[in-house]
Amino acid sequence: MYLGEWSWAGQIGHLSAIVSLVAAALASVAYAKSNPFILAPDQAIWKRIGRISFYVQTGAVFLIFFLLLYLIHQHRFEYHYVWKHSSKSLEFKYLLASIWEGQEGSFLLWLLMQGVLGLILIRTAKIWEAPVMSIVSFAQFCLSTMIIGLSIFGWKLGSSPFLLLRDSGVLDGAPALHLDFDTSQPLIPNYLEKISDGNDLNPLLQNYWMVIHPPVLFLGFASTLIPFAFAMAGVFHRRYTDWVKPVQPWALFSTAVLGVGIMMGGMWAYESLTFGGYWAWDPVENASLVPWLIGVAGLHTLLIYRHSGQALMSTIVFFVLTFGFILYSTFLTRSGILGETSVHAFTGSGMNLQLLALIAAFMLPAAIWIGLRYREIPKVNSEENLSAREFWMYIGSLLFFLSAVLIIGQTSLPVFNKIFGTTIAPPEDVEFSYNSVQVYIAILLALLTAVTYYLKYKQTAPALFWKRLLIPLGISVLLSVGFVNFIGIHYTAKGPGFQAALWVSAICSLFSVVANASYIWIGIKGNLAKSGGAIAHVGFALTLLGIVVTSSNKQVISQNNNGFATPLGEGENPRENLTLVQGVPAEMGGYTLTYEKDSTHPKKKLWYYRVRFQSKDGKEEFVLQPNAFVNYKGNKGLMANPDAKHYWDHDVFTYVTSLPDPEAKEDTTSFRRETVQAGDTIYYGKGLITVGDPRQIDSVPEELFGKGGRVVELPVRVNRRTGESVSLTLRSARARNQWLPLADTLQADGMILQLQEQQADGRLIVGIKESDTLLKYVTLKAFHYPYIRFLWFGIWLTAAGLLISTRRRMLQWLQETKS
Amino acid sequence: MKKTQLAILIGIAVCIGVLLSFMKTTSTYDTIDTARNKPGQFVHVMAKLDKSQPIQYDALNNPNYLRFSAVDSLGARMVVQYNNAKPENLEMSDRLVLKGRYRDSVFLCQEIQTKCPSKYKEEEAKGMKHPGEVPLPNTQP
Repeated sequence: MYLGEWSWAGQIGHLSAIVSLVAAALASVAYAKSNPFILAPDQAIWKRIGRISFYVQTGAVFLIFFLLLYLIHQHRFEYHYVWKHSSKSLEFKYLLASIWEGQEGSFLLWLLMQGVLGLILIRTAKIWEAPVMSIVSFAQFCLSTMIIGLSIFGWKLGSSPFLLLRDSGVLDGAPALHLDFDTSQPLIPNYLEKISDGNDLNPLLQNYWMVIHPPVLFLGFASTLIPFAFAMAGVFHRRYTDWVKPVQPWALFSTAVLGVGIMMGGMWAYESLTFGGYWAWDPVENASLVPWLIGVAGLHTLLIYRHSGQALMSTIVFFVLTFGFILYSTFLTRSGILGETSVHAFTGSGMNLQLLALIAAFMLPAAIWIGLRYREIPKVNSEENLSAREFWMYIGSLLFFLSAVLIIGQTSLPVFNKIFGTTIAPPEDVEFSYNSVQVYIAILLALLTAVTYYLKYKQTAPALFWKRLLIPLGISVLLSVGFVNFIGIHYTAKGPGFQAALWVSAICSLFSVVANASYIWIGIKGNLAKSGGAIAHVGFALTLLGIVVTSSNKQVISQNNNGFATPLGEGENPRENLTLVQGVPAEMGGYTLTYEKDSTHPKKKLWYYRVRFQSKDGKEEFVLQPNAFVNYKGNKGLMANPDAKHYWDHDVFTYVTSLPDPEAKEDTTSFRRETVQAGDTIYYGKGLITVGDPRQIDSVPEELFGKGGRVVELPVRVNRRTGESVSLTLRSARARNQWLPLADTLQADGMILQLQEQQADGRLIVGIKESDTLLKYVTLKAFHYPYIRFLWFGIWLTAAGLLISTRRRMLQWLQETKS
Repeated sequence: MKKTQLAILIGIAVCIGVLLSFMKTTSTYDTIDTARNKPGQFVHVMAKLDKSQPIQYDALNNPNYLRFSAVDSLGARMVVQYNNAKPENLEMSDRLVLKGRYRDSVFLCQEIQTKCPSKYKEEEAKGMKHPGEVPLPNTQP
């Protein structure tokens, strides 16, 4: 009944979603029935059914994913999701990214990643396949409900990416698409022809990070399920100790991928968004950091258990909570509950109940089973030895957990408000409310990661400990002296106490970098395969060092000094924006900046503003081109992307904060005429103009200028209120009984000066026009970030170390279970 | 008592202590009238841009000076001063979260959060255009 719709695609999509849901349920039940720890004749059959169902389920998810990608690629705007998140002008990589811009698509991505991990588990988990896959399949079932889009007794279950545009309500208010232009009538049959383009991917997200960050982050999300599944399978089957070997590579992998995913978000924020940094303690950022912190705690207690038999219960709890907080973060970021407290865009999707049910579906059974089996879970009741490695590792794990609890506690303020009906708002300085606490945890963690490797499990002889630590300590002292003298911490805004804490944390992190790097030779004799842990620790300490040094020494270099600023009041923002008028150099923070010109993107309404930076010491000269979408696709306003110059030890970073309104370009002011003679003064908006002696050039060719033709030159001096002055020469020609003035523009003052004519008495008429719209200018903020590369390098190194260990532990497990 | 148990207890104590002191630093959501009654105190005010009054912003003269009038849902109005660049989407926002202090009949704002009408709200579903969004499919007959 409607022309040109690809209704078959939606039918396949809906069907696949149902297949995914049913197959996941079947896989979960079948795997659960296949208990590998008892001898039962039907065990192998159930396992086979489970496997096949899981293959079918993963296949269905892949089909949905690629079908949606195909529909986006073919611009099938009859589908609401396609219309809402993509447009015809997008490059392929952004068409791909359109899939995960919305709620449904990001759940789909999560399902896909979890499916891939499930396939790897089937090949590697051996005896643990059935119990673990039963839980993974259950998770697939729960996530499938999120994209099913069914209405059950008026209760909406999930939201389908294959909803038709005409069913979404978007067209209901458009009379032109309805019969007789009456919105109460059905749509016209050829409505689709009238829909010329989609809503587009948010231009701020049109960035390569949007292509890479979500897949990695969702792989990280998906991977936290695996340690949870192993732990719960162990508890359920009363195999409290066997699961710790196969879970180890997964816990390592999960920490690596989730960590990289979070960091990519930070890099994105730093490089391409104008949030003013890589980390702002925004609730969305915190929500993904918290599971990572708990995962790290679990990773360490797992090692403690393997070496000493202690901390098994803690390990189980940490792995359960890691996944639990992934689910909680999903609730926080998708329910719209964060509302005013976050800069990120939120999707209040009306699925809050379902999102809460998702948390309950995993955490309630986990709590019940752990509660029931609590007494059976092995514990060691011996007095800890203070010289044992495991004791301090445990303290470190607790610190990670403490850090996580504090962060999520502060982040959950809106949830607290919702539950108790209060209206408590975040504190004045949100970032400091986190920093002021976390800096102490960072100090302790840096110290612990530095020395713990030099302790042995069970017991350490003090003499050996100090002997081995001697060289790293010596190197650290030398480097610290260098740090104090050449780099230092210059952040004084929060008083000497906090500055001292920053100093201590920087020095401790430095010590940790050295101690862990040294341990690769002192403790492991340079064996790379075994150095994963030490490498990860070097990376972690380097990250801490990078965070402290970069954040405390960040400088705003665009401090306004154009002479018009009023004095700062108490508690006011520092004035961080600087306006650059085209062609007029301005000085700020050790640089001279010149806005040279702008250019436009060949296809998009994206403008690049060329700004030259020259450092006063002459060492640096470069051009940055921050860009901005101006009135993109009818959106009035500006969407800015920064640009940065990267040096090995610092970045200079800038973005546009304001531009002249392009619609106000029309110049309606007219010339004000002033009759003057030499020595006169003319006032204008920003100062005064003194008139010099006019000079007349009579030797002009008569055939061109006619009789009495001449050129008059008038030197003037423009004195700005700020003290500077500029000399100009105004010219006008008398030709064929007409005055032909040459306009002279003083860009910086928004002024045009004209020598309009010379009267018979010799006096001159000067035309003055002042208007801001004449000027091309750009307002920007610029920052100087020192040592930011150390931070990125540290995170990459952490991930590399973790992946080295992942490989080693996985190979070990496969080797042991070969027979 | 075992040392680890002691450590856990200390951890719990620290946790409670930090979260309690955090609650002391929190601020409040206020209307314009209640903010006026707390001069000098840091508050969050939910309001809208008062479109009947002009926005004062001239990046050439001073890019760090924005002055506009805000109106809240109870109809109260106040002058807001913000020493920073004008937020990109101030005019098209439907709600503003203004963080700052009311002092000497001006609200000195430290941070402005502009909230644009959400893509996912019912109004949009009913076909109403969000001013910040791409217009509906071409509806010319």
